[in-house]
Amino acid sequence: MVAGLVLVVLVAFVVARPLVAAGGEDEEPAPGDERRVELEAAKEAKYREIRDAELDFRMGKMSETDYRTTDRELRAQAITILKRIDALGGEGPEGR
Amino acid sequence: MAATGTASLYVALLTALYAVGAAIYGGVTGKRAFVVSARRAFYCLAALLTLAIVVLEAAYLRTDLSFALVAQNSSTDTPTFYKATAMWSSQAGSLLLWAFLLGALSSAVLFLTRRAHREIVPWATAVLGVVAVFFLGLMVFIGEAKPFATLATPAVEGAGLNPLLRHPAMMFHPPMLYLGYVGFTIPFAFAVGALIARSTGADWIRSTRRFALVAWTFLGVGVLLGALWSYAELGWGGYWAWDPVENAALMPWLTGTAFIHSIMVQEKRGMLRRWNVVLIITTFVLAITGTFLVRSGILDSIHAFGESTLGKPFLGFIGLVVVGSAALVVSRWDDLRSEARLDSLLSREAFFLLNNLVLVGIAAVVFWGTFFPLISDAIGPERSFGPPAFNAVTTPLAIVLVLLAGIGPVLAWRRVTLSALGRALRFPLAVTAVTVAALLALAPVTDNLAGVAALAMFAFIAFTLAVVAQEFWRGARARRVMAKESWPVALARLVGRNRRRYGGYVVHAGIAFLFLGVAASSAFVQQSDVRISPGDTVEVGGYSVTYERPTAALAGNSGGTGAPLTLGAVLSVQKGGETFTLRPLRNYFPSNDPSTGAISRYFEGEATSEVDLDWGLRQDLWTAVQPDIAAPQIQEPIAEADRRFAESSGEVQAVAIAAIAERYRTDPPPAAFRMLVSPLVSWIWIGGVVVVFGALLALWPSPEARRRRVTSLYAARLGRELSRA
Repeated sequence: MVAGLVLVVLVAFVVARPLVAAGGEDEEPAPGDERRVELEAAKEAKYREIRDAELDFRMGKMSETDYRTTDRELRAQAITILKRIDALGGEGPEGR
Repeated sequence: MAATGTASLYVALLTALYAVGAAIYGGVTGKRAFVVSARRAFYCLAALLTLAIVVLEAAYLRTDLSFALVAQNSSTDTPTFYKATAMWSSQAGSLLLWAFLLGALSSAVLFLTRRAHREIVPWATAVLGVVAVFFLGLMVFIGEAKPFATLATPAVEGAGLNPLLRHPAMMFHPPMLYLGYVGFTIPFAFAVGALIARSTGADWIRSTRRFALVAWTFLGVGVLLGALWSYAELGWGGYWAWDPVENAALMPWLTGTAFIHSIMVQEKRGMLRRWNVVLIITTFVLAITGTFLVRSGILDSIHAFGESTLGKPFLGFIGLVVVGSAALVVSRWDDLRSEARLDSLLSREAFFLLNNLVLVGIAAVVFWGTFFPLISDAIGPERSFGPPAFNAVTTPLAIVLVLLAGIGPVLAWRRVTLSALGRALRFPLAVTAVTVAALLALAPVTDNLAGVAALAMFAFIAFTLAVVAQEFWRGARARRVMAKESWPVALARLVGRNRRRYGGYVVHAGIAFLFLGVAASSAFVQQSDVRISPGDTVEVGGYSVTYERPTAALAGNSGGTGAPLTLGAVLSVQKGGETFTLRPLRNYFPSNDPSTGAISRYFEGEATSEVDLDWGLRQDLWTAVQPDIAAPQIQEPIAEADRRFAESSGEVQAVAIAAIAERYRTDPPPAAFRMLVSPLVSWIWIGGVVVVFGALLALWPSPEARRRRVTSLYAARLGRELSRA
């Protein structure tokens, strides 16, 4: 009984903290930061696709025509992602 | 201590309920504080279930016989290693392990996604919470599932761990399986979250792909450990019997394999969205079904816990998941449209789709065969779907699967030209042709259907291995040209910068090795079942095996099983100029049946085989012995001892048992032996190790993912960042 009460108090303390803390979202990023994290992940995935396509081409799996088409599409998609990242503000396209 | 454990479960249930409520409220209202609070509730849940595990584990290690579970599954004389792992041999203990792993993995994924997927995470949290509530509800409300139930009067001695489970592989097998089952809960929860939030892109896949791969790896290792246990402990010589519980673990692994392939198509091309959500829902349902099959007692299996009242709650939960998920998928059908169409049938995505169909086809066959006895019983006389039927249907599909594992890596995404495909296949096809010619020259393997199937399997295994080797070579060669590096540096950097791709290829090689072992040991095993006396010699598979002498030992089992009595044999084996010794044993555990005699109970309880093997890359010689303790020269002294020493002290009874064991050693009756020569069976376990290595390689994060940040103008920046590869 005592053990249960102690555990309930401890859990209540941990889970209630975000609800009663000033601002309520003490450890949460702003929505823009969260979107940036997602776009960074999407960017990495797109870069990986571009590198994969280049490796496939170098290994002779793709014809040059197919590779050029694919690479152009993927780079256009990557640039769209980069524009979205920059549209969030903060670190600009010139970066570091 | 039991009160602390019980309290932790009650509070964990309340915490999980709160997590569900807070996550849903946060998701509906957009109040992030509640979503954060729900996530913190999961951290608490993990801590509470860790406390519960520690309490129960401590009870097992101390052999606290006031715990009903400890009294049922352990004893003072159970070896410490098996005391530590006895928890998950019980119904309630294994449910606690399931819930603990769910709490830990859920906390990990919610921590990792705390700054991402604002729309999906609240609903994923709620789904994870519902699964936790289900398992905690079982442990809190259903008698046989309560891990902290206590006895009014502590037992004097426990029943001990089931002798069949006293094998190291079996002790790690359940946690591995559960890590697999629970691991697939994570992508399932995020898939459902994505559907509810109508966020049906690849975001949820990127965040949970590693969890799916981890789950797939652990589930595969669990299945293989089960096979190893069967091979080394059950005394029948095989590693796979299409037992319902084996099948229950195999089915989600098969659909999980399909899933980790098809999500690549969604990531790369935005295709197969509907298929992927259906696959992960199916995988999760099969994982829960696997847990249910072991617990419900509805199907006969050597692995199952027996009759149980847990079947109905599990069926209800499975029904809820199926109906709820199906309704959700239907309601989001239009949102799940593909972004692109298949450009060519000669493309990697087309072959991934084909591979998916084969994998799901095998899973469907296994599902049908597993539940066929139940279905046939419901509509007429019960009929079984035995190993020959399973083998007949799954073997051709497995052959096609191995072929696809070879073709997939040579194809590019979108399309590949016939000329490029021809160039890529030249070397693998040459290797395949040489392999087939060599096999036909060495052995007439085509005189029956099994031989033809084995030949086809060997040919495609050679093809797949050649493709994988060629992919490493072509990749390193391309990198040498691009970066002017030496061969070793080019190869190391190629793999380092493309871990997912080359880790996957290593996995394909491992699967090829595994199938090599399965095909060879299934088609060409040589078995000899004999009943022989000391001095007799048997020829099997080119080995000359002589039964030298019997052995008998009290509490001296070398396998550390804690068996009080072990009878066995010393076999002298000759092959060519080589001679070695094998010592198969049979462990006897006392019966708990009070109607058996004081001495005969030591001979009439559960007995387990401890096989002895000569492992080899080319073949295994596997031996098991079954001493004939029903022979008159053993039964007569046992009956005599029962009459004379029924009321004697334990020490006196031990002396009587020792005398009977000595009688067996000096005047042995003929013993039954099973001897198997299984070619290439070791490659199953080697293949498993290679698969795990490949999976780890694929899981390891790439250096670019950690290093790269936003820089420079768009196109220039893109070019510069890519050039860093």
